[in-house]
Amino acid sequence: MENNTVNNAEETNVPETQNAEAIDAPAQPTPEAPAAPEAPAAPEAPAAPAAPVENKSTLAQGVMHEQNIKAVTQKQTVGKIFVQIALYAFLGFMALVVLFPFYWMIISSLKTVKEYELSTPTLFPQQIMWSNYSTAFTTGGLGRLFLNTLFVGVVSTILSLIITVLSAFAFARLEFKGKNALFAFLLATMMIPGELFTITNYQTINQFGWMNTYTVLIVPFLVSVFYIYLLKQNFMQIPNELYLAAKVDGTTDFMYLLKVMIPLALPTLISITILKMMGAWNSYIWPRLVANKEEMRLITNGLRALAFVDEATDRPNIPVQMAAVAMVSAPLFMVFLFLRKYIMKGVSRSGIKG
Amino acid sequence: MSENQTTVQAPVKRIVACPHCGTKLYVTQNNAAYQCPKCNEFFQIQGKQEKKDLREVGSKFLTKIKFDSWKGWIYLLPTLILLAIFTVWPIINTIRISLLENYGALGAAGGETFAFGFGNFEKVIQYKGFLTCLQNTLLLCFLTVPISTVLALLIAVCLNAIKPLQKFLQTIFFLPYVTNSIAIGMVFAAMFNIVGSFIGTNNEIIITAGIMNNILGVFGIEPINWINAGSSYWSNITVLVVYIVWNALPFKILILLGGLQSVNKQYYEAAQIDSTPRWRVFTRITVPLLSPMLAYVVITGFIGGFKEYSSIVGIFGESMGAPGAKGSLNTMVGFIYDCLGRDRDGVASAAALILFAIIFVVTMINLYVSKKKTHY
Repeated sequence: MENNTVNNAEETNVPETQNAEAIDAPAQPTPEAPAAPEAPAAPEAPAAPAAPVENKSTLAQGVMHEQNIKAVTQKQTVGKIFVQIALYAFLGFMALVVLFPFYWMIISSLKTVKEYELSTPTLFPQQIMWSNYSTAFTTGGLGRLFLNTLFVGVVSTILSLIITVLSAFAFARLEFKGKNALFAFLLATMMIPGELFTITNYQTINQFGWMNTYTVLIVPFLVSVFYIYLLKQNFMQIPNELYLAAKVDGTTDFMYLLKVMIPLALPTLISITILKMMGAWNSYIWPRLVANKEEMRLITNGLRALAFVDEATDRPNIPVQMAAVAMVSAPLFMVFLFLRKYIMKGVSRSGIKG
Repeated sequence: MSENQTTVQAPVKRIVACPHCGTKLYVTQNNAAYQCPKCNEFFQIQGKQEKKDLREVGSKFLTKIKFDSWKGWIYLLPTLILLAIFTVWPIINTIRISLLENYGALGAAGGETFAFGFGNFEKVIQYKGFLTCLQNTLLLCFLTVPISTVLALLIAVCLNAIKPLQKFLQTIFFLPYVTNSIAIGMVFAAMFNIVGSFIGTNNEIIITAGIMNNILGVFGIEPINWINAGSSYWSNITVLVVYIVWNALPFKILILLGGLQSVNKQYYEAAQIDSTPRWRVFTRITVPLLSPMLAYVVITGFIGGFKEYSSIVGIFGESMGAPGAKGSLNTMVGFIYDCLGRDRDGVASAAALILFAIIFVVTMINLYVSKKKTHY
């Protein structure tokens, strides 16, 4: 910035008006030689008692200025291209860094143990081992884990949606005493780290006799204050007039919720559904504590607990392990592929993983 | 007219029942006398204002709703029950048992009583393992949050400056978010792992494969024992930082890019007219305008960082450390679960409250700083 102003001051020792003329000049049909015939036109300019000679020098300067601008813009475009190349190079490199673990997961999952353990790893499997996947699936008992997780995920998502919708509707549309205080209290609980609840919840479910049941994996996390908050905000954007019109028509609150509000808030509900399902898929700590029996295990716990051992060498069979990891990750990617918009929208408003 | 004339209150243009015989009549006029066609009795219609606007009707309904406030509570019932059991009670109970010395759930079930005091807190602080956990947590927090924030900012600014492929690259950068942190942790472990022959002395690395070491070997870096038995603390931490940053980038990029795209273009146009250098545009326009998003990203980063647990499990397994160094990488959350697993609920509660206090203080500091520095 300072540089530029200094440059300007040095280069254009000319008063403002002349500069203006210089810019005007190229607009006229004959730029250089017939400076004299143009002189009569000059007085039209506000401050130009200048002699033709002086005018000529101004013109010359104008041309110079023009050339300067050209050079500068040329320089700028070159610079711009250079910057764009640098941008793409950096982003491309970072994208490779981000993608590499996924690539490595898939490539490794298709290798033989022998190839995987080569001292210089191959970037593409010499012999594609699809059988790693079936081995992982059968020896790891992934079927049961998948079913457990799917069941817990679907049931808890449905129940959670019902609860969230009802609460959000009450907060957004109904009037009752202590509503605002209650809502403020709910928001305040969001600040407390979940670990603080876990200790007592662990005792509570022990007392309820819920250990190693599906209930314990579903019930304690049905209420999510954040989802209630999200949906309430969305409900409140729906114009009041719709509600009043529905009331005049004699619609009950519940029918209004079902027929008007839920369809209008569908995108938010989809976001919540996906995030909740992802949460079930990725939950680790709580299931580990309360449902460690093998037939109750969820996918993440199972995956971590599984040890795929290569029978020949008695060492961990990483390719089969990677195949299991890939299978666990695949549903998430599928969901992401098809519902990217909702996930990104939901995440950008929540900041909660799962 | 006659003295037996009755007045009927009714809105105009309505069907009204004759007060004498009950025949239905269609009424169209205000304050007019009507004669019932059936029983020939007269009666007066006192019309009400017909044209009420919707708002008036609405406010009437709203006051009606205020009366049946129990309705709201019914809608909230499931939430309130669940919250009472799994949120409110835990808050009270955690504070209670943190103040009962040596509280354990098994002992409590057996009828044991516990003295009141701050012994649990003392135990937490004096316990050697806790200091390791605190150190690990703080270290990971203060390494990963700045690195991931700066990197995410750079990527977001670059993404914002390009046109073709922007959406595509944005999707790629978001990909690590939709992963299972345990599963991908295992992939990272495989990448940093040293595979190959372990014949010979066990602690020595004889053959290094491990893709990371191979990649680093291209740049002439000697193979490093990242996570295997006998690996150093700092190499373990490095791997964790790489993984956590990789995992934290998508969310930060998403938020920051969203912020950048909502910045008013006029600022940049003004800067362009003044031919402001890029770096100055970045520090004087982009960063200040992004400061609310940056603050948000940093605060959530710190909160998440203090609760770091599953990424370590993903790479190192539940031993929370390289083989032979069990628990060397344990964190605050890991400590709480360890205590819980050993039936030391009192100590676990005290640790959880300490964790909450730390998160609270750090968040408040962050908020204070960002309020001072934030542009808005």
